[in-house]
Amino acid sequence: MAVFPRPRQAFAIAGAVVLALTAAACGDGDDDNNAGGASGECAAYSAYEGNDGKTVTVYASIRDAEADLLTESWSQFEECTGIEIDYEGSGEFEAQLQVRVEGGNAPDVAFIPQPGLIERFATAGKLKEVGADTKKAAEANYSADWLKYSTVGGKLYGAPLGSNVKSFVWYSPKTFQEKGWTVPQSWDDLIKLSDTIAGTGVKPWCAGIESGDATGWPATDWIEDLMLRTQTPEVYDKWVTHQLPFNSPEVTAAVDKAGTILKNNKYVNGGYGDVKSIATTSFQEGGVPITTGKCALHRQASFYANQWPEGTKVAEDGDVFAFYFPPIDPSKGKPVLGGGEFAAAFADRPEVQAFQTYLATPEHANARAKLGNWVSANKALDIANVTNPVDKLSVQILQDQSAVFRFDGSDLMPAAVGAGTFWKGMVDWINGKDTSAVLSSIENNWPK
Amino acid sequence: MEFSEQAPKLAMLLYGLIAFVVVVGGLLLFLDVVPTWVGDRRLQRQIKAADRAAATGTATGTTAPAKKRRKRRKRTEVWFALGFILPAMLLLMIGLIFPAIRTIGLSFRDRRGEEGVGLANYEWIFSQPEIVDVVTNTLIWVVLVPLIATSIGLIYAVLVDRARGEAFAKALIFMPMAISFVGASIIWKFVYAYRSEEQEQIGLLNQIVVWLGGTPQQWLLNAPLNTLLLIVVLIWIQAGFAMVILSAAIKAIPDDIVEAARLDGVNSWQMFWRVTMPSIRPAVIVVVVTISIGTLKVFDIVRTMTNGNFNTNVIANEMYNQAFRYGESGQGSALAVLLFILVIPIVIYQIRNLRQRQEA
Repeated sequence: MAVFPRPRQAFAIAGAVVLALTAAACGDGDDDNNAGGASGECAAYSAYEGNDGKTVTVYASIRDAEADLLTESWSQFEECTGIEIDYEGSGEFEAQLQVRVEGGNAPDVAFIPQPGLIERFATAGKLKEVGADTKKAAEANYSADWLKYSTVGGKLYGAPLGSNVKSFVWYSPKTFQEKGWTVPQSWDDLIKLSDTIAGTGVKPWCAGIESGDATGWPATDWIEDLMLRTQTPEVYDKWVTHQLPFNSPEVTAAVDKAGTILKNNKYVNGGYGDVKSIATTSFQEGGVPITTGKCALHRQASFYANQWPEGTKVAEDGDVFAFYFPPIDPSKGKPVLGGGEFAAAFADRPEVQAFQTYLATPEHANARAKLGNWVSANKALDIANVTNPVDKLSVQILQDQSAVFRFDGSDLMPAAVGAGTFWKGMVDWINGKDTSAVLSSIENNWPK
Repeated sequence: MEFSEQAPKLAMLLYGLIAFVVVVGGLLLFLDVVPTWVGDRRLQRQIKAADRAAATGTATGTTAPAKKRRKRRKRTEVWFALGFILPAMLLLMIGLIFPAIRTIGLSFRDRRGEEGVGLANYEWIFSQPEIVDVVTNTLIWVVLVPLIATSIGLIYAVLVDRARGEAFAKALIFMPMAISFVGASIIWKFVYAYRSEEQEQIGLLNQIVVWLGGTPQQWLLNAPLNTLLLIVVLIWIQAGFAMVILSAAIKAIPDDIVEAARLDGVNSWQMFWRVTMPSIRPAVIVVVVTISIGTLKVFDIVRTMTNGNFNTNVIANEMYNQAFRYGESGQGSALAVLLFILVIPIVIYQIRNLRQRQEA
C-alpha cells in the first residue's frame, strides 16, 4: 500500500520532516549568554559561585501567575551564578512526583507541601539531606516549629519556602461597619455574632468544600482548627501521628464543635442553600456570597484572597478582609493552623545545594515578597516588603512569638488518610452521616 | 494580551507541532518508502530472471539454482515478517505484558511493594464496606450501560432506517461520541447543578423540576440515584456508537431476504424479531462486548462529576486513588487485577464468538 501516490509527494514530506528537525535543533541555541550581569548586584551571590552553566530542575504544584512570580524571584540568582533553574509546575504534582521518583526521573528539587510525603521519600532513601550551608541558613531563618516538619530521623531535608495561615475568618468590613457588628475576639463572641446575624434573616456562614479530586479538604481544615482550639497542641500532635485514635472522644468533640456551625441549618449555607449544599459548592465560590451580603463569615486560609471576584478590595477598610479565628479556651494559647511547602532535594550536586541555600535566605524571601502575593515564615522577612494587607496580617501572625503554630494535620497524616479517607469522611459528614460513624470509618482505614 | 508574554507558551505549542509532524510524517514516510522499495526490488528481480530465462531459453523454476533462489527468497520473507512483527511484539511486551506481570506481583505485596503479604490485599477489597460498595457500583454500571445503550442505539437505528433526514437524525445522536468523557461530564454536571430554591437555577434538570412546581434536588448527593444519573452520561455517549454500528449492520441485510419476508406477509414486529435481529446478531454482540469493556474501565465520568464521593465510586477510580494518591501500591494493584479478571470472561466470549463466525 502506497500512502503517497507519487514519489514527489513523499519527497515533499521528507523535506518538511528534515526542515522541522532542523528548526527543532535551532530552538535551544540562545540560553547561555547571560552569565555575568551587573557585578554590583551580584555581590550577594558570591557564595554560590563556581556553578556556571549548570542546570537545576524544579518540580512543584505552583502554576500560572504564581509560578511566573516565583521564577522571577530567582532570576537574579540565575543571572549572577549562571545556574539555570528549569521550573515545572503541575496540577497533578503529588501523584506525578511519586511516579517520577519511582521511575528514576526525580527532579533535582521539589517544593513539597506535605510533610507526610517528605517523610515517605526520606525513609525510602530517595531524598538527600541538605548541605551544611543550607542547614545553617534554614536554622538561622526559620523557627524549630517549622523545621521539625521537614526533619526525619534527625536529618533536615529542606527549608520551608512559602507559607500560609489557615486560621482566618473572612468578612466584609463594610457590612460590619454598616450593621454595627464588631470583629469577635473569642469563640463565644463569634457564636453570639452568628446568632445576631441569623436574627436578621441572613445565614451568617458560608462554606464550600468541592475541589475536584481534592473535594473535602476545606472541611478538614475546620476540624484541625477546632482540634487546636479544644485541645492542647500536644494532643493535636498525638492525633496527627495516630497515637490518639481518630474516633477518640477528643476528636469527636472537636468535630461536633465544628458541626455546631457547619451542620447548623440556621447558620449555613448563606447564598447557597442548606447544609448539604456545602458539599457541592466549590472551594473557590465558598465565600463569594459575602460580597453580595448573602453571608457574613467564611473560614478559609490566607490564600483565599486570590478567589474574590475582580474589583473586590481586600483590605482592613475594604470590601473583604480576614480576622484571626478566635480561640475557644484562652488558657490553651493562641493556636495558628497553617501550611507551606518545603524545598526538598533528590540530588546533592553543588548547584542544587546552592539553590536550596539561596531559597532559605532572607534575600530570596524578600525578593519574592516584593513581587506580591507571598507569605513566608522566614523570620528575616521584612514586613515592609509584603504588599497586600492579608499577607501582612499573615506574616504578623507567623512572626508573633506568643502564637503556637501547627502544620495542617491532613498534610502530616499518611496520604491514604490525609488525602483520602479524611477528605471523603468529611464529605459524608456534611452529607448527613453522623460523627461517630465517619470517625470510626477513618480510624478503621488508617494504614497499618 | 502581550505577545511577548505568551512567547514561551507559543514556543511550546510550536515544539509540539514540530514533534507531531516529525513523528507522524516520519511514520508515513517509512510506511510508504519501505514497501515501495521492497516491491521495486522484487519487480526488478523478476524482470532480470525473466530476461535471463529468455536468454538461456530454459523455463524458470525448475532448475537447481532457481530452487535455491526461491528458498533464499522465502528466508528473506521470514525476516521481513519478523521485522514487521517485532516492533509490535516489543511494544506489547513493554507496554502490556511486563506491566501486567508486575501489577499481579505487586498485588501480593505491601504498600511499598517490598514485603509479601499474601492475599491480604484481596481480603481488604472484600472486607472493607467502602470497597465492597465500589465493586457493587461497578457491577451496576456494567449491567446497565451496555444493555440500555445498545437498546437505545438499536431502536433508534431501526426507527431512522430509510426514513427521511436519516443522515441528520443519525448525526444528532452520534455527536456526543465526539465529546471527550471529561467534557461530557462537565456538561452533565451543569445539567444536574443545584441552587437553593430562592436562587435562580443554573441546572437544566432542577429548572424543569421548578417549572413543574417541585423543589430543586441535590441530584448528585443521594445514593443510589446519583450512580444512575452518572450512568446516563455514559449511555448518552455510547448510544451513538451502538446506533452507527447497528445501523450499518441493518443496511447490510440482503434485500432479497427482506423482500421474501415481505412477500410472505410479515408485519413490522415479526420483521424485526424474525429477520432483522437474527441477521444483525453478531453486530449486536460486538457492540455489547465493546461497551461492556469500556464501562468496566469507566473512570473519567466518576472522577469529574463526584470524584467517587456520595457512594458513587467505581473500581478504576479507587485503583488510581489507592496506587497514586494514597501510596498504597499493593491495594491499588489488587484492584487493577480484579478489574482485569472481570474483563477476561467478556474478552474470551468475544474471541470465541469471532472464531465461530469465521468457521461458519
